[in-house]
Amino acid sequence: MIELDETDRRLLKTLARDAGQSTGVLGRRLGLSQPATWRRIKRLEEAGVIRSRQLRLDAEKLGFGVTVFLGVKLALRGRVSLDDFERAVTAIPEVQTVEHVLGLYDYRLRVVARDLPDFERVLRRRIMTLPGAGEVEANVLLSEERLAGPL
Amino acid sequence: MLDDADRRLLRYWQAEPSLSQGELAERAGMTTGRAVRRIARMQELGIVQGVSAVIDWAALGYAVEVSLRITLDKTQGNAFDAFMAEARKVPEVIELQTFLGRVDVRLSIIARDMAHYQQIYRASILTLPHISEIEALMHVARIKASEGLPL
Repeated sequence: MIELDETDRRLLKTLARDAGQSTGVLGRRLGLSQPATWRRIKRLEEAGVIRSRQLRLDAEKLGFGVTVFLGVKLALRGRVSLDDFERAVTAIPEVQTVEHVLGLYDYRLRVVARDLPDFERVLRRRIMTLPGAGEVEANVLLSEERLAGPL
Repeated sequence: MLDDADRRLLRYWQAEPSLSQGELAERAGMTTGRAVRRIARMQELGIVQGVSAVIDWAALGYAVEVSLRITLDKTQGNAFDAFMAEARKVPEVIELQTFLGRVDVRLSIIARDMAHYQQIYRASILTLPHISEIEALMHVARIKASEGLPL
């Protein structure tokens, strides 16, 4: 496994907040040369520590006023294929994340919608009709914070 | 507020957040100058917040991820604020969300292994104030993680 030094940790923390700045600007903030910064980022990417990059958009300003988390239980009457469920749920544009979990529910979905009536439409037409979908629990997101984690 | 060209830019950018503004302009079928102006405007309006690196905690040795769904004792007037303030201090908490629904708060926790998780759970989670109920969902797999908006 990759070993991180103090500079790597600071670099990761900075990139998790803002990965849009140039390696030159980033390096100056961390006291590194531009090539050294680039090499460190490359190493973190190659080790898979930086999984991807994400464009952060203000959902509300784009007209998506509602985010709902759904806990979905598969109905296990007959044989349900997890692959079929996963393929179908992944294809729904309003579904932003799909996690397979263990516990009270089988899947956890993050769904965006314009408003509550729009959410109801997505729920009825798209989610409830998924192959194998059983009991569904909905919780409307009020606030969200992402923390730096143990870096 | 946004026209089709803006949305087109956001769609391509969202799908590939590492694209340069030049590449983005090319995909969206416009000149770089036009794309740059449109992007700058969307940044000024706060629609585009930036690009972040997504950390893969498993690559850093955090193999366990648990979602804790917590109900708070709302007879205590300051239950939410007191709980949130203390939960933010736990380094292994990487996400904090509040909800309207059956669940009040959800924490995402990472740990090196199950023994480590148990230690965090006992020492840092059960000691958080005003908890009335906890349910745990253990993360198995991430099927979709784009968090893109259906623009």
